[in-house]
Amino acid sequence: MKWFDYSAPESVSGAISALAAHPRARILAGGTDLLVQMRAGRKETDFIVDVKRIPELNEIRYDSDGLTVGASAPCYRLYAHADVAARYPSLARLAALIGGTQIQGRASIGGNLCNAAPSADAVPLLIALGARCRIAGQAGEREVVVEEFCTAPGVNVLGPGEFLVSLLIPPPAPGSGAHYERFIPRNEMDIAVAGAGASVVLEDGHFRSARIALASVAPTPLFVREAGDALAGKPVNEESINEAANLARDAARPISDMRAPAEYRRRLCAVLTRRALTRAIEEARGNR
Amino acid sequence: MPTTVRVECTINDETREFLCEPRQSLLECLRDVLGLTGTKEGCNDGNCGSCTVMMDGRIVPSCLVLGVESQGSEITTIEGVARGSELHPLQTAFLESAALQCGICTPGFIVAAKALLDRNPRPDEHEIRLWLANNLCRCTGYDKIIRAVQQAAATLQEAK
Repeated sequence: MKWFDYSAPESVSGAISALAAHPRARILAGGTDLLVQMRAGRKETDFIVDVKRIPELNEIRYDSDGLTVGASAPCYRLYAHADVAARYPSLARLAALIGGTQIQGRASIGGNLCNAAPSADAVPLLIALGARCRIAGQAGEREVVVEEFCTAPGVNVLGPGEFLVSLLIPPPAPGSGAHYERFIPRNEMDIAVAGAGASVVLEDGHFRSARIALASVAPTPLFVREAGDALAGKPVNEESINEAANLARDAARPISDMRAPAEYRRRLCAVLTRRALTRAIEEARGNR
Repeated sequence: MPTTVRVECTINDETREFLCEPRQSLLECLRDVLGLTGTKEGCNDGNCGSCTVMMDGRIVPSCLVLGVESQGSEITTIEGVARGSELHPLQTAFLESAALQCGICTPGFIVAAKALLDRNPRPDEHEIRLWLANNLCRCTGYDKIIRAVQQAAATLQEAK
């Protein structure tokens, strides 16, 4: 790796100052994307700001506002967290799906989001769960809904000197459930050929609401609002699920590459959306 | 100008101080600065698990940790697994089961497997395979490694 300098501020304001003083700085959380990209020469910097010693970026907290997940909290702490396991089991499953054991010891879902890969496993579920991003910078704090965070492959809404502090996920509604389902040709540790995240809220055998998002089928993780909206008020049955799955498939804009042809990915979108919805519904039925 | 940073951490129960450049990985610091060459470099991008070390109670790929990030942390490497000349049951089991050929992946497998057995003394085969999915071996076909971990788990249970 090329030479760079390093600091590990212990407060949000300390990180803001460090970023202001070093316009080419990059933010280091788990490092499982950044250090690989720097070694490969795909990213350069003269200054690293390690945010893992900032309490707000490291916390996982549940209260009446919902779940706060610090941007650098590693995956293993999510699935080991009692409130996450009990109230957001889909998020616990997701954290155990990303990478292998060693990667889960470092990688964070905040980092997965900031890396802004179209295939990012965490993002469709975060969109389905209605997560919001808390962003800090010299001009103060702002919030962005997670479906608007990624703007192009590897690009996000963070401006100069800004960084992601945490993700806020609303409290689970009664009768709600969620799930992320991906397709990979191996059993573990691979990049999604396609993925689908879904959340549902059920009431009296009907969908009250639903949110669906896709991975690896567009330049960014893709929120398919119309697929979830189509379920509102419909009975919970195969016909409704198929309709939403077909809407998700129609919204996909995949490319053909070494992992799969576009047409294959389109078909996967319908299959994976169906499976994600089915599992989310099962979870919701247990949550009445 | 390249600056070096002074880092203090605990490695294999000993307080260690060393100087490194911020760009040096923990793996480079262990091997090239501290002379702890038991930890191996495989892919150097987090895929293969050869460089696995224990850091603050979790296994991590030391190629994806900067040396400076280890300030204040507790690290266990393969050198800290045996007690003097007494091998850990995992090390004995790897030898007896011939769970290695070239040996490059072995330190990573043993550090990772030890972390598993420390938290789950009776893992089933699926749990072992899942936990070790981040460790690659191109020689053995994995089967002997899984058997060695099972054997070590049994030995550790008997010793209780």
